[in-house]
Amino acid sequence: MDQIILQILNGLDKGSAYALIALGLTLIFGTLGVVNFAHGALFMLGAFCAITFSRILSVSHVVIDETQKDFLGNPLKVDIPYIYDWFGEPTGQAILNWSVPLAILFTIPVMITLGVIIERGLIKHFYKRPHADQILVTFGLAIVLQEIIKYYFGANQIPNPAPEAFIGSFDFGAAIGMKAGSIIYPYWRIVYFCFAMLLIGSVFAFLQFTTFGMVVRAGMADRETVGLLGINIDRRFTVMFGVAAAVAGLAGVMYTPINPPNYHMGMDFLVISFVVVVVGGMGSLPGAVAAGLLLGILESFASMRQVIEALPGINQVVIYLAAIVILLTRPRGLMGRKGVMEE
Amino acid sequence: MSKTKITRRGVIKTGAVAGASLAVPTLLTAGSHTGFANAPTGSTVTLGFNVPQSGAYADEGADELRAYKLAVEHLNGEGDGGMLQTFSSKALDGTGILGKKVEYVTGDTQTKPDAARASARSMIEKDGAIMITGGSSSGVAVAVQALCQEAGIIFMAGLTHSNDTTGKDKKANGFRHFFNSYMTGAALAPVLADRYGSDRKAYHLTADYNWGYTTEEAVRNSTEALGWETIAAVKTPLSQTDFSSYVAPVLNSGADVLVLNHYGANMVNSLTSAVEFGLRAAQANGKNFEIVVPLYSRLMAQGAGKNVAGIFGTSGWHWSLENTAGARYSGTNAFVKSFGEKYGFPPSQAAHTTYCQTLLYADAVQRGGSFNPCSVVEALEGFEFDGMGSGPTLYRAEDHQCIKDVLVVRGKENPANEFDLLELVDVTPAEAVTFDPGIFGGELGSCNPGA
Repeated sequence: MDQIILQILNGLDKGSAYALIALGLTLIFGTLGVVNFAHGALFMLGAFCAITFSRILSVSHVVIDETQKDFLGNPLKVDIPYIYDWFGEPTGQAILNWSVPLAILFTIPVMITLGVIIERGLIKHFYKRPHADQILVTFGLAIVLQEIIKYYFGANQIPNPAPEAFIGSFDFGAAIGMKAGSIIYPYWRIVYFCFAMLLIGSVFAFLQFTTFGMVVRAGMADRETVGLLGINIDRRFTVMFGVAAAVAGLAGVMYTPINPPNYHMGMDFLVISFVVVVVGGMGSLPGAVAAGLLLGILESFASMRQVIEALPGINQVVIYLAAIVILLTRPRGLMGRKGVMEE
Repeated sequence: MSKTKITRRGVIKTGAVAGASLAVPTLLTAGSHTGFANAPTGSTVTLGFNVPQSGAYADEGADELRAYKLAVEHLNGEGDGGMLQTFSSKALDGTGILGKKVEYVTGDTQTKPDAARASARSMIEKDGAIMITGGSSSGVAVAVQALCQEAGIIFMAGLTHSNDTTGKDKKANGFRHFFNSYMTGAALAPVLADRYGSDRKAYHLTADYNWGYTTEEAVRNSTEALGWETIAAVKTPLSQTDFSSYVAPVLNSGADVLVLNHYGANMVNSLTSAVEFGLRAAQANGKNFEIVVPLYSRLMAQGAGKNVAGIFGTSGWHWSLENTAGARYSGTNAFVKSFGEKYGFPPSQAAHTTYCQTLLYADAVQRGGSFNPCSVVEALEGFEFDGMGSGPTLYRAEDHQCIKDVLVVRGKENPANEFDLLELVDVTPAEAVTFDPGIFGGELGSCNPGA
């Protein structure tokens, strides 16, 4: 029983990352009709926004400490971050400690700007081209972005820990009246799940309850009519691309304490996120979220030792098996509109 | 426009002439250069450095390349000479190799066996490289070693730790300075039994490829021999990034030690998950729960950050070795000084092994008096040397594996600087990690001079 609860919890946090990326993919597909293979790279860029932000905070000046020696036996050069000078050491340390959550404020404008630049500069030229062209150009863009990140940050992973208050794990078992220590779950993963739900909720609220969102939804349903009403729908869709980029970016920022990021992390998520979109139903936002969480949980169960022993290799294929079953039995996906991909 | 008439006789004649003219240069080359591939003719000799310049191990590759460039400088008599000052063989004198200035070409393995073979082939065929060295993965090393054997070129392996490289896939033209999984098991198990007791239950997570298998096997065999029990061993896909679903069940499995047979990004991620899930602070079977990482590298430790604190593993070499373990490891400080002054940070174990391999090759050519691969093989087989930072070392003739001391290290609790991440716990002497070269199967075959 405790194993089952544990794997459900596990699936939820991984699933929420899938859901956030798939949500952005679906937003872009629903509004602009573009299959965006660069979306995983946007997730990765978000993670590197967090790294960049923490590096900006740690910009330092060098003080030579004669009492200590470096690896060559010369006096040690100690880096003192400027924020220690400005705010005093305790406050400076606290700011550095909370750099991951603070990076959210830095990432939102950066990612929206990047998203708008990518859409206006590149993707808009491919609206009228076949999907295959769009896939090629966005995939190419993903590779270019990866290589740029690798050039500046190297290929190895860069640790970016969560604030100390969230390091450690929560005894879930004791909290629900089971044996203490039977289900423990890291604090930061709980934070990640809550953050993802909040973000997904805000995107839905934005689309549902604002005039801007209403126009976007109308545009998704019938772009031409909305255009005929004198509304510049293209501009709004550009903004939506920026929003989708920011959602992927924030998913990346908060993911850095879970897995230290490297330039390749986007690709690892991209393929699965596409499966999520297909399973959830092309163009369906609730479908993307539900399928993200479901597939995350499914993947967790498939990597249990008992399951692997019974069905070797199942942990690597379970998501694709689920996709095959869904495509055969319900081609429009779990929550896809009737008729989509069913002709 | 004239018509060309093709006759049967004409085709045969042309074919014979063309065949003969193609054959002549080969015969001449073979005759004039004592019969081996890429024999250097001018005043220079070209070495091929085949390292990952892109892909997941690009940082290790970059450090290997720095070490190679430094070795070339030292061979050509530039810089301070590095380990040439401490190396027990004095055949090299800073005038290149056999009086020929050393030049190099580089290739990108991308950490993929097929790409590594293609770049090695290009360096051999287009650039005339006389020796290929490098690689940052056992899959790559095994593939390139086989290619060099066919081409009649010497292969000096870089960072490769699987038993297979000098075990079942060994080749007469291939040599490995780095240690292997078996030696890791033999060095690590006694230290683990000493620190954690002999009544322990281990849970292994293993990367699903040849290095993972041999490492798991080595650590299992050597810990079980000391009384440990293995509760479970789970293979994890090499492409896995989030290990939470593999790590989460460990605490309630009855195990009290988690062994992570992972390297590179896999290790950073699985260790991060294990620490996140509270395994470091947990109790199991009335003991403190422990985590073990059989193969450590400083570059990986940098990726995992504070999570490595207190965790045991093995390493081939560490830049602080001579200062902490004494003059037995002479050469270490000389190498760290030249490397550190040139690049501003200390070398990694990958840099150390590739630097040594380059000097060892050059020395073997110099001592044998020829670039002929068979002469190099003869000079290296059974060669005993010292002063290269690892203590007295033997290049064993039976499997072309270096037999030397292995370090047991632990992640530092309070690192003094960003390079000072591992502390030396114990040095296991070469005798204690020596193994029967026959146990892994495979045949060396005979040396191939090519041409």
